[in-house]
Amino acid sequence: MSDIIRIENVTVQFGNYQALEDISLSLEEGSFVAIVGPNGSGKSTFLKLLLGLEKPDKGLVKVFNKSPQELSPQQVGYVPQFKTLDRSFPAISIDLVATGIYGHWPARISKESRQNCLEALGRVGAEHLAQRPLGKLSGGELQRIYLARTFVRKPELVLLDEPATGIDAVGEEDMHRHLDDYHRETGATILMVTHDWLTARHHASHVMVLNRKLIALGDPDIALTEDNMRRAFGHMGHIHIMERNAHRHA
Amino acid sequence: MLDVLSYPFFQRALIAGILVGFLAGYYGVFIVQRGLSFLGSGLAHAAFGGVALGILLGMEPLWIAVPFTVVVAIGITWVREKTTLGRDTAVGIFFSVSMALGIIFLALKRDYSADAFSYLFGSILSVRNTDLWITGSMVLIALLTWPLWGKWAYATFDRELAVSDRLQVVRHDYLLSILVAVTTVVAVKVVGIVLIAAFLVIPPATSRLAARSFHTMTLYSVLMGVFSAVAGLFLSYWWDLPSGALIILVQAVLFFLFLGYRLLAGHTH
Repeated sequence: MSDIIRIENVTVQFGNYQALEDISLSLEEGSFVAIVGPNGSGKSTFLKLLLGLEKPDKGLVKVFNKSPQELSPQQVGYVPQFKTLDRSFPAISIDLVATGIYGHWPARISKESRQNCLEALGRVGAEHLAQRPLGKLSGGELQRIYLARTFVRKPELVLLDEPATGIDAVGEEDMHRHLDDYHRETGATILMVTHDWLTARHHASHVMVLNRKLIALGDPDIALTEDNMRRAFGHMGHIHIMERNAHRHA
Repeated sequence: MLDVLSYPFFQRALIAGILVGFLAGYYGVFIVQRGLSFLGSGLAHAAFGGVALGILLGMEPLWIAVPFTVVVAIGITWVREKTTLGRDTAVGIFFSVSMALGIIFLALKRDYSADAFSYLFGSILSVRNTDLWITGSMVLIALLTWPLWGKWAYATFDRELAVSDRLQVVRHDYLLSILVAVTTVVAVKVVGIVLIAAFLVIPPATSRLAARSFHTMTLYSVLMGVFSAVAGLFLSYWWDLPSGALIILVQAVLFFLFLGYRLLAGHTH
């Protein structure tokens, strides 16, 4: 397996605030990486670096051996945090899915693209939502529309920023099932920012623990140690590890 | 009843109304959906500063107002891009500064009066052929930039998602601001500074109530902009009342009709 992501000594600074500090890592093609860390630990900034939405102040970022700005949008599928979504925007679900094909908002959707959109919606069990206005979707339904938008372009790299926020446990489990299926079928690389370590541990091949600095990256059992959690989260990490162990032994 | 159509001044007014209705309806959807409803008002008052400078310099006010307003629009966009200030805060600052400059310019020109006030309240019935050519050119530019509609709509929906798809949103923001600025100056001649904000806001807001997609919202907005201009002009002639105000009132009636229908039908979005 070759490295799909290579980061060398990357620092990102917002004014006086250091969001990421001297990060170096590489990720193999086909990895499913859960990124965990406390609020403000630079998780979203890390994803934005890979998308080319943020530029490093120092260091090197390579994705598919190119700088992120040189990537074709079709290579990357991005599921942003829902809190940025404007629900008043007049649109139906299939319009949003079609942006995954066109890379802009469609004035009309061709027959072929419509078919592809419906297939992608069917893949996440949301074909019946195709004509529903975005403002009338629940959190879980919206999540599936964003996943369909991502899958319709068949990306080699999928980046998800806290995709489980605002959806219930059943919706979250569904989302992970669709992600697992896509990962297994296409061998795509998946990076997901999450607060749910238990799920991360269950679904991800690797866990990255971040708190501005890279604390750990590797197999979930190796990365999610009490020591690493304490370094990332302080006391809270300790509590969550205890809960995880209790859950495992139950 | 339609004998008024034989008057050249009314023909020019009708063409100007249709063209401005089209432009305001088209660009207005981006303004309303981006939460920039105050922008039209801000740019119109900036245009007042430009008109006043034109009068002070003894030049055609429109030729000064266009670059003046474009500079203000670029300034507003620049402040929004470079700071964390709210969108309407940036508009508010430039709006008041332009207005203050306009008042100073007019105070320096001691013998001003009619010209400045005709811009404040609009005078569609005194539209000249030159104004029609300028407005027509703006419509042509809007039609030529139609391929950019999907990009502007995407950035309006979710800026971050659009950037992640390699859309040059900042560049497009500046372009859209400049086009809205020029449209505003041109439209000021028709409905006046005081009412142009409504022209840019009411038809898109009404179409938002009626449309299920951004595409149909744009189409309805343009149709409502054009219809209200034509209806307002005829009513103005028949009732002998100011045309700009009647155009806006037609738009307002449509808005409340759609709003009432939506509420009665139980829709909340």
